[in-house]
Amino acid sequence: MSIVVFAEQRGGTLRKITYEVVSEGKRLAAAAGDSLKVLLAGSDVAGLAEELKKFGADEIAVANDAALADYTTDAYAAVLAAYIQQENPGLVLLGHSAIGKDLAPRVAARLDAGLVSDCIDVKFADGDYAFVHPIYAGKAIATYKVNSAVKMATLRPNVFPVEENAGAGSVVDFSTEIPAPRTKVLEVKQQGGDRPELTEADIICSGGRGLGNPDGFQLIEQLADILGAAVGSSRAAVDAGWRDHQFQVGQTGKVVSPNLYIACGISGAIQHLAGMGSSKCIIGINKDPEANIFNVADYGIEGDLYKVVPALIEKLKEVKG
Amino acid sequence: MKIVTCIKQTFDTEAKITIENGKVSDQGVNLIVNPYDEFAVEESIRLKEKNGGEVVVVSVGNDKTQEALRYCLAMGADRAVLIQDPALENGDNHSAAVALAKLLADMEYDLIFCGKEAVDDGAAQVPSRLAEKLDLPQANVITSFELGDGQATVTREIDGGTETLEVQLPAVFSAQKGLNEVRYPSLPGIMKAKRKELKVVSLADLGLSAEDVAPKAELVQAELPPPRKAGRVLKGEVEEVVAELVKLLQEEAKVI
Ligand SMILES: Cc1cc2nc3c(=O)[nH]c(=O)nc-3n(C[C@H](O)[C@H](O)[C@H](O)COP(=O)(O)OP(=O)(O)OC[C@H]3O[C@@H](n4cnc5c(N)ncnc54)[C@H](O)[C@@H]3O)c2cc1C
Repeated sequence: MSIVVFAEQRGGTLRKITYEVVSEGKRLAAAAGDSLKVLLAGSDVAGLAEELKKFGADEIAVANDAALADYTTDAYAAVLAAYIQQENPGLVLLGHSAIGKDLAPRVAARLDAGLVSDCIDVKFADGDYAFVHPIYAGKAIATYKVNSAVKMATLRPNVFPVEENAGAGSVVDFSTEIPAPRTKVLEVKQQGGDRPELTEADIICSGGRGLGNPDGFQLIEQLADILGAAVGSSRAAVDAGWRDHQFQVGQTGKVVSPNLYIACGISGAIQHLAGMGSSKCIIGINKDPEANIFNVADYGIEGDLYKVVPALIEKLKEVKG
Repeated sequence: MKIVTCIKQTFDTEAKITIENGKVSDQGVNLIVNPYDEFAVEESIRLKEKNGGEVVVVSVGNDKTQEALRYCLAMGADRAVLIQDPALENGDNHSAAVALAKLLADMEYDLIFCGKEAVDDGAAQVPSRLAEKLDLPQANVITSFELGDGQATVTREIDGGTETLEVQLPAVFSAQKGLNEVRYPSLPGIMKAKRKELKVVSLADLGLSAEDVAPKAELVQAELPPPRKAGRVLKGEVEEVVAELVKLLQEEAKVI
């Protein structure tokens, strides 16, 4: 049997999630005694196969077609479904990214396959996979088994460690008939600057209502700049119009799991914790000693964020040179 | 303009989760219309108000789900269909999508709206699975919708940005926060909703067997996550506290 991994690229660059999913695919392939096959789809992406070789896949199949220049559900689903039908793998893995979330259920429905979304762990034991997926925004953890011949899962970003491996096999071409997509991409707008994307970031600095005004985010941004961090926000700050919804962290925003999450002027409501509770290290900065954020923070600082954050920025400047 | 809107009844996002026999218990939990589905219902009603037509809300659920459907009728949807069957009780996203697709296959529609995901299982599968089963195009996680002639132009969230798509109709759209501001049902709306049609159909009514909707993903067990221990609250002068924090981050947590 084989394990198939969908290698996600956008605009000719492999996404960080791809390295994570390929690394996990390799670990599972070793555990299950399966081979690992990676499907790379896009236009002018053949060069990326070299990069993928670092992860030791037994085969890298490249679907290189001008019709795959933009991500469209119709075109990409046709390619991934055809590749799965050709390879007949036991397991198919994608990232739980915008593309993975759109593509995986579409292909799963085409193949009548079971799919567990947003896994934080995949275990192989006694010849079967167990898929671990947080439900109720992390308030409970559910383990699933999938009973279809092809089992599918999407993996949560920033959870699975990236690991390079030797022993990469061949790079082969893959082509199939690509239907004319029924959606057309008119425009893509990427958020400017070189700030990491929220779900991929190692460090996130977030601000809440406690900032008091929209300008408060300038301070959060300064902190983020020093740490190379992404900037997030609570819903209260989004509802106040201080920040766009795409930066909201929580049950009805982004679910993130960075190494370090710094919550400034955020009370720690249950819906906010749902989005960042799986962060490896949490810092809460809040003037209210009773704030709920202190019940989850590894380190808390009780005080006015307008005093604490500038001091923190100075100290970080000092140690980071 | 005929619009079908798929909704799911979910736990209130404030709900405290308890586990009973390896499953999440629904005892004493307040139930709501999944917040993202409300955006879908709102958008459907607005389109109907502008262009005329009909909004049908549909759901897979149980007796309690009628309440969620009534809520949507009170918001302004015209009628509701509930698919209810013992065989769907332990269903997964595949089960729900197969049942909904079979129901919709015999309905007329120009647009199908869903929420981008349900806040309970957070799977985000049904809209895409439904689109596939009906062989329709899909646009997920949309924050704007503009109806054109035989097509719609939508903005959808992608990682780190947005994308504008032109989508051939009919199609399935899944709604994200930002699409609109959701209304509350008015008192007359609530009164009217009581008289609106709410039809309950079984799998047999749809010509489906239990086998057709047998789940592909089965829950082995649910458990509470290990509680996160409260850590240390650092006290003292700001400069000292901050110096201590940076040291801890470097030497203890090793995250910077
Ligand atoms: C259906 C639903 C979905 C929701 N989804 C989300 C979600 O996805 N994400 C989310 O975040 N919320 C969500 N919420 C909202 C959530 O319940 C809270 O209202 C919200 O998280 C509060 O944001 P906040 O912590 O910024 O504001 P508040 O709760 O008002 O907290 C502000 C904090 O700042 C502190 N503060 C004030 N001034 C200072 C200062 N100078 N220095 C230091 N600290 C200061 C205060 O002590 C307080 O603790 C949702 C709610 C519902 C009903």
